Amino acid sequence: MSLKKREHITTKGLDDYFLGIYNAFKFVRLFFREVFKPPFEFKEIIRQCYEIGYKSLPLITLTGFVTGIVFTKQSRPSLVEFGAASWLPGLIAIAVVRALAPLVTALISAGKIGSNIGAELGSMRVSEQIDAMEVSAINPFKFLVVTRVTATTLMIPVLMMYFAFVGLLGSFLNVNQNEHTSFIAFFQSAFSPISFLDVFTGLFKSIMYGFTIGMVGCYKGYNASRGTEGVGKAANMSVVISMFLIFIEEIVIVQISNWIRIA
Amino acid sequence: MEKLNKSDIIKEQVISIQGLYKSFGENSVLNGIDLTIHKGENVVILGRSGSGKSVLIKIIAGLLKPDKGIVNVLGMDIGSIDEKQLLKLRLKIGFSFQNSALYDSMSVRENLEFPLIRNSRHLTKKEIDHAVEEVLEDVHLHQTINQMPSELSGGQRKRIGIARTLILRPEIMLYDEPTAGLDPITCITINELINEVQERYHTSSIIITHDLTCAKATGDRVAMLLDGRFVAQGNFDEIFNTEEETVKQFYDYNFIN
Repeated sequence: MSLKKREHITTKGLDDYFLGIYNAFKFVRLFFREVFKPPFEFKEIIRQCYEIGYKSLPLITLTGFVTGIVFTKQSRPSLVEFGAASWLPGLIAIAVVRALAPLVTALISAGKIGSNIGAELGSMRVSEQIDAMEVSAINPFKFLVVTRVTATTLMIPVLMMYFAFVGLLGSFLNVNQNEHTSFIAFFQSAFSPISFLDVFTGLFKSIMYGFTIGMVGCYKGYNASRGTEGVGKAANMSVVISMFLIFIEEIVIVQISNWIRIA
Repeated sequence: MEKLNKSDIIKEQVISIQGLYKSFGENSVLNGIDLTIHKGENVVILGRSGSGKSVLIKIIAGLLKPDKGIVNVLGMDIGSIDEKQLLKLRLKIGFSFQNSALYDSMSVRENLEFPLIRNSRHLTKKEIDHAVEEVLEDVHLHQTINQMPSELSGGQRKRIGIARTLILRPEIMLYDEPTAGLDPITCITINELINEVQERYHTSSIIITHDLTCAKATGDRVAMLLDGRFVAQGNFDEIFNTEEETVKQFYDYNFIN
C-alpha cells in the first residue's frame, strides 16, 4: 500500500501528507476492483452486518429516543410563542429526516463502529494475522476490507431509518404528554411536510457516511504500523478522519440538495 | 503417510537464492545472500535479533519484495511472478509465525478450516472435518478442537499454528522462531514436531532461530547470518567448532544466557 522510498519533493511532512492521500485513493480503487470480483464472501458480510447493525441497536435506540424528546422540548417554547405549536411534529420530522438522523447516526457509528474496525484490523496487522492470511493464499483485503465496507454501507442507512423512527417516537411521547395528540394525528402531521427528496437525500447521505466510516476504519487498521501504539492510533484516527469527512460530505450534499429543491 | 528418512534427502533444489539484497530506508538488512535448500532438508538459520532472518523468509513467502537478487522457490522467481502465480506458490509454502498469528475471533477448528475452505471450495464437510482431525492428531492436540486461541498455552498455540499450515500439505515449511518464549520442555516437543513434520509430510524447511538446542535438534544444515550476510554454513558441529570470531561470540552469548 505504500510508494517506493524516494527523495522528498517538498518537505517530509507535505510529501507524507500527499503520499497518504495517494495511498488512500489506491485503497478505495482496490475496493471497487475487488467488490465485484468473485468469490463473494456473503457469509462474512452477513456476520459483519450483524456485528455492525444489530449490535449498535441499543446505542442508536437510546440516542434516537433522547434526541427526539430533547429536540421537541427545546423547540416547543419558540413555536408556542408564535402560536405555532401544531407545527411541532412537522418541524421535528423535517429536522430528524433531513439532518439529525443521518448525521447523529453517522457520528455515533464513526465512534463505535469506525474505532472498532480500526482497532480490530490494526491488531490483526500487528499480530501478523493479516500476513498469515496472505501466506495461506487467502486475499485478506477481500475477506477483511470488502466485507466490512459493504456491511457499513448497507447498515448505516438501516440504522439511520431506525434512528428517525425512534426519534419521532420520543418526540410523540413528549407531544402526547403536553398536547394530548394521538399517535395517528402526530404521524400524519409529521409526515405531511416530508418530501421524496428529503427521504432520498437522507438515505443517500447515510450510504455515503457508511462507506466513509468503513473505508477509513479499514484503511487505518489495515495499514497500522507495528506495535500496540499503532493499534490505538489506528482506532483514534479512524474516528477523527471519519467525523471530519462526514462533516465535509454533509455540507456538500446539503448544498446540492438545496440547489435541487430550488430548481 | 509414508515416513522420510534423513538419508532420503534428495539433491533437488527447492529454494535457490542468489545475491539477495533488502533494505528499509537507510537500514540495509540483507547484503548479498546466497542460499540453496534441497528437497527434504531442514536448514536452520541462526543469527542475532535484527540480523534479517525473518525478512529473508518473508521474501521467500512473497510477503516482502527483494530489492535485488534472484529468489527461486519451487522453480518460480519470486521477484517476477504475477499475483495468480504467487497465490499458487503460497499453497505450497507453510509459514509458522513467531507469535503463531492464530485468528483470535475463530476457534481452533475454524482456524484450521479457514485456509482449507477458501482454497478448496469443492471439499465436503466430511472431508474438511477429516483433514482438521488428521492435522490435529499430527500435532497431538485433538482435545483443543473447540477451544479459542486465548485459551491455549504458548506451546499449544505454536502447534496449532503449525497444524494450520500443514492442512494445505505444503512442500516447504518456514518456521519463524519456533521456540521463542517457550519453556525448555515445550521447546523439546516443538523440536520433535518439526522433525516429525519433515518425516511425515516430506517437507523442506527453513528454521529461523537463535536457540542452539533447536538448531542442533532440527537442522540438517546450519547457516549463520550476521549483518545481512552468511558468515558460516555447514552441519551443527562444523559451525560449532569454527574459529570464526563472530560465530564464537554468538555461541558464547547463548551459553552465558
